[in-house]
Amino acid sequence: MQYRHTLGNFAYTFPNLKTVLAKATAEKSGDVLAGIAADNEKERIAAKYVLADLPLSQFLEEMVIPYEMDAVTRLIMDNWDAKAFESIGHHTLGSFRDWLLAYETSNEEIKRIRDGLTPEMIAGLCKLMTNQDLILIASKIQTITGFRNTQGLKGHFSTRLQPNNAKDDAQGIMASTLDGLMYGAGDAVIGINPVSDNQQTTRTLLEMLNELRARFEIPTQTCVLSHITTTIALINDGAPVDLIFQSIGGTESTNKSFGVDEAILDEAFQAGTELDRGTVGKNFMYFETGQGSAHSANAHHGVDQQTCEVRAYALAKQYKPLLVNSVVGFIGPEYLYDGRQIIRAGLEDHFCGKLMGLPMGCDICYTNHANADQDDMDNLLSLLGLAGCNFIMGVPGADDVMLHYQSTSFHDQLYIRQLLGLKHAPEFEDWLRKIHLMDANGRMVESKKGFKLLQS
Amino acid sequence: MTKNSAWENYRSLTNARIALGRAGGSLTTSEMLSFRSDHALAKDAVWTDLNIEDLKEQLESIGCSTLSLQSKANNREVFIQRPDLGRVLNQSSIDLLNANKKQYDISISIADGLSAMAIQKHAINFLESLLPKLSSFNLAPISIINQGRVAISDSVGQLLKSKIAIILIGERPGLTSPYSMGIYFTYGPKIGNTDEKRNCISNIRKEGLSYEYAAQKLVFLLTESLRNKLSGVDLKDTFDNRLLKDESTEN
Repeated sequence: MQYRHTLGNFAYTFPNLKTVLAKATAEKSGDVLAGIAADNEKERIAAKYVLADLPLSQFLEEMVIPYEMDAVTRLIMDNWDAKAFESIGHHTLGSFRDWLLAYETSNEEIKRIRDGLTPEMIAGLCKLMTNQDLILIASKIQTITGFRNTQGLKGHFSTRLQPNNAKDDAQGIMASTLDGLMYGAGDAVIGINPVSDNQQTTRTLLEMLNELRARFEIPTQTCVLSHITTTIALINDGAPVDLIFQSIGGTESTNKSFGVDEAILDEAFQAGTELDRGTVGKNFMYFETGQGSAHSANAHHGVDQQTCEVRAYALAKQYKPLLVNSVVGFIGPEYLYDGRQIIRAGLEDHFCGKLMGLPMGCDICYTNHANADQDDMDNLLSLLGLAGCNFIMGVPGADDVMLHYQSTSFHDQLYIRQLLGLKHAPEFEDWLRKIHLMDANGRMVESKKGFKLLQS
Repeated sequence: MTKNSAWENYRSLTNARIALGRAGGSLTTSEMLSFRSDHALAKDAVWTDLNIEDLKEQLESIGCSTLSLQSKANNREVFIQRPDLGRVLNQSSIDLLNANKKQYDISISIADGLSAMAIQKHAINFLESLLPKLSSFNLAPISIINQGRVAISDSVGQLLKSKIAIILIGERPGLTSPYSMGIYFTYGPKIGNTDEKRNCISNIRKEGLSYEYAAQKLVFLLTESLRNKLSGVDLKDTFDNRLLKDESTEN
């Protein structure tokens, strides 16, 4: 197929689909670094025109990474649903965008056609979307999951309480955890990034969180974000594992760099299914992703970082996760240079994840060498609140003292709740009221009764 | 949650920003400013340029000859976005090194990395501890590299024909550690060497490792590296064990 567009008196031609996608994508330093980005804005808009006229069916003809070469491509194509595609098969990307924006297209219609979409179609669509499109269409979609509480209901919003500690010190982690609970954080998960991947350390932390949760009957789930093989070993050893975590990427070789493949994920999924610890729902997988991971692992095959990211969602989808989030600014300015690029990527990831049907959250974050600051995070938080993001991180004072980056704080989640009237996961909200941390108006209170948590 | 006595104990258990209190649901003015102030220091540390002239003068005042080099990243914006360019020298720097090549034991480079201010604060003080301990070695002139990443020291070492290439470099600023210096070295420096060939001593700053400790440790590792003709993951770091043993025999 010829990929061609004439702009003024200059004809742009692109040799293949992955080049069109890479040239059309919003500017990201990672694609520039990989040498695949548009040379200038004219070339970028020419590529967008090509995408707009491209039939969705072209994405079934031409793979961006060959089927024989990559396990993620095989998974995508083997799970593509021809029946779901039928009603949208006549669309180009441009007319499909218009369809998604139409008043009549609701969550239900999107659900019906969802399995007919491939990640590459969604990535192509994303490149045609303005920021307001990304917000508006995402806000139509609800992806509801459950474990000990219900995630993703319209008008609700959750927080992962992230009480990391540079020495995996149990007391330090507990202090941060209690602090976060007093702000009503932790309904998505109480999740620790451990410094060490040592099995015994992980087990000690898991047992501590499990005891806290059980003692105060907190309707939430806990997780130590170790490598998935460590978690599998701990499950086999009888440790109290709620959620099974893993970082994943959008190509086979990216996942190899993370030390994971489908066989390992299948094994973990099987182990979690047998544990059956969820009470209100059966979703127990937790995945983190982020644009640039395939590029930094030199595993991108000339595919732009946003397209690689959506391919990771296809892998995540296989395991019906409770939570998925992009760690959007963590990767650094070589991949997302500044606040503008981080904000765009955060909106893209949330939109694409939601369109794939994932319970999408976001770690709204940046490192100190990115050209970004906390105001950029305020902006992205506000936009993702409007877009209906399922959850964000709650880090004490937004300053992660273990991973050395800045995310969103316990205060930030209170801000977005107050601004947009977003409620907690319902079961968790009931608990906050029961323990007198929340008043009748849904505001956090400083109650003496609440302080019984402090005696733990 | 609030600054009351129940929380005082908890604050002592972690350096995380807990028990900050709130204004409505938001940060109080003092906590908001405290965070922004830490970020301001970190950001300035990243974006400040290395004061090469000043560094050169100071090095000369302690008796070192210097070479001023530049990576292929011409400015901070390029340096941040193109780590590949920060790892290679520009042509005039290559010419300068070629003109100075000679068999050396050790070449030392100083580069801004991600915190020029860390270098400005610590490099000279550290060298004052280190250089007297290296008097038995044949040292190359000290290279001051503008917009340099760690791997650029391999080019320097290779071009100067030194057995070992050391680089002092500004580390990525944390919110509470804007001025931290790291030291990396490789035996047999060669363009294309990867991280498993490097040894690292990091966190040299006021609240971290002292100059004297870092210098002693570096000299120990350099000696081991020259003796075994290797560096990186194959070079076992037994410095701290040795210190413990020395202390126990003294007692």
